[in-house]
Amino acid sequence: MNWKRKDLLGIRGLSTEEILFILDTAESFKDISRREIKKVPTLRGKTVITLFYEPSTRTRTSFEIAAKRLSADTINISSSTSSSTKGESLKDTARNLESMRPDAIVIRHGMPGAPHMLAGVLDSSIINGGDGSHEHPTQALLDLFTIRDKKGRIDGLKVVIVGDIAHSRVARSNIFSLKNFGNEVICCGPPTMIPPHMETLGVRVEYDLKRAVRNADVIMMLRIQKERGGTTYIPSTKEYSALYGLGRQHVETAADDAIIMHPGPMNRGIEISDDVADGPSSVILDQVENGVAVRMAVLYLLIGGEA
Amino acid sequence: MKKRVILDKKAIGRTVTRITHEILEKNAGCTGLCLIGIRTRGVYLSQRIHAKVTDVEGITLPIGALDITMYRDDISKLRWPEVKKTEISFDVNNMTVVLVDDVLHTGRTTRAAIDAIMDLGRPKRIQLAVLVDRGERELPIHPDYAGTVCPVNENEEVLVRMSEIDGKDEVVIVQTR
Repeated sequence: MNWKRKDLLGIRGLSTEEILFILDTAESFKDISRREIKKVPTLRGKTVITLFYEPSTRTRTSFEIAAKRLSADTINISSSTSSSTKGESLKDTARNLESMRPDAIVIRHGMPGAPHMLAGVLDSSIINGGDGSHEHPTQALLDLFTIRDKKGRIDGLKVVIVGDIAHSRVARSNIFSLKNFGNEVICCGPPTMIPPHMETLGVRVEYDLKRAVRNADVIMMLRIQKERGGTTYIPSTKEYSALYGLGRQHVETAADDAIIMHPGPMNRGIEISDDVADGPSSVILDQVENGVAVRMAVLYLLIGGEA
Repeated sequence: MKKRVILDKKAIGRTVTRITHEILEKNAGCTGLCLIGIRTRGVYLSQRIHAKVTDVEGITLPIGALDITMYRDDISKLRWPEVKKTEISFDVNNMTVVLVDDVLHTGRTTRAAIDAIMDLGRPKRIQLAVLVDRGERELPIHPDYAGTVCPVNENEEVLVRMSEIDGKDEVVIVQTR
């Protein structure tokens, strides 16, 4: 297949073929991280900037490791140490960065659409590392990669996404990718955390966690988005935990080979119990490992060849 | 399109047999020997050599498949070359690696393959076996085993077809313009 995109802004708009191509490319890159010499020369001479206006451990580190294992140079900028604290606009910051001729900019920003705006004004490849409560495409891709790895397929599965659906970019990107492959997607959470008209995305809404997870093949847990006012949508985290925290009793009613996913960071004891997070069905650390391979594939496809 | 057959099915079979014997002769048996085929057709060629080794010596060797895309020197000038999987499940340290490819031309693929193998470990030595050496090298690389040496004109291309992927066995020279 011929890859033509300059940017990766979201899962919405990607074709089934494009998604599969990214996953297949990631398969080829996964082995590199398990070798003694974890480096290939593929992106030698390329520069990748990570520009993060929101905190991140996994995504930023994962992109940086992915770029470095492909021999690209990486520069990390976080808003707290950048000139944005002196009042510089995002557009100006990005234009100034582009003058230093990077090949790709990975951006995380609290405003939905920030990466799309940059993609319109910059020649560099823009990768969305999470824009507000809109999309987080590489998370959905690594989730899909992990599901394919563990279940052997990514279609016809019953997938339950539990938590603060309204404010979760992970939920949105996953809904787009999972529906693209014809999976049954159920969103579960308190009514205040489920936006209206979810059925227009092709998903079913279930407010009772016990009913939602029955016979599920995949259970994705989300955390409460405190930075997006998540705690104001529920009476108390204690009540939330009692009603929507995933425990062993839930996993037991899911499919025998069900997998438990979480994009991190986890709030143990709130949305997920220790024994589930660390249990045999948990693939949470596999997701992190696969994230590096998927981001290597994305970087390679966007900046590896001639535009 | 004009084409000229330089090796047919029978000739390819005989050539593979000869290369196999040369490999066994040069390495005095199979101790520490392994085969690594370069994707795509080098892999099938390496499997055929391996089958012959098994015929002659009654043993199996470690055998792997190498994709050199990540190591290409022209990667930034290509339009999104597809990366395929490298499958080498054995340790190459201290092994004698016989790299297998269908056509040797500029030597750039071989250079990339050598670099890729070096990233997997430190083999004792690396040898190169090719079905066709078409000349016009751009790097100081020379095959240890060549099926046939066949200089071609600038406007010609060597095509190796193997039944595993192309439905038939033949090596042809075609005019590209």
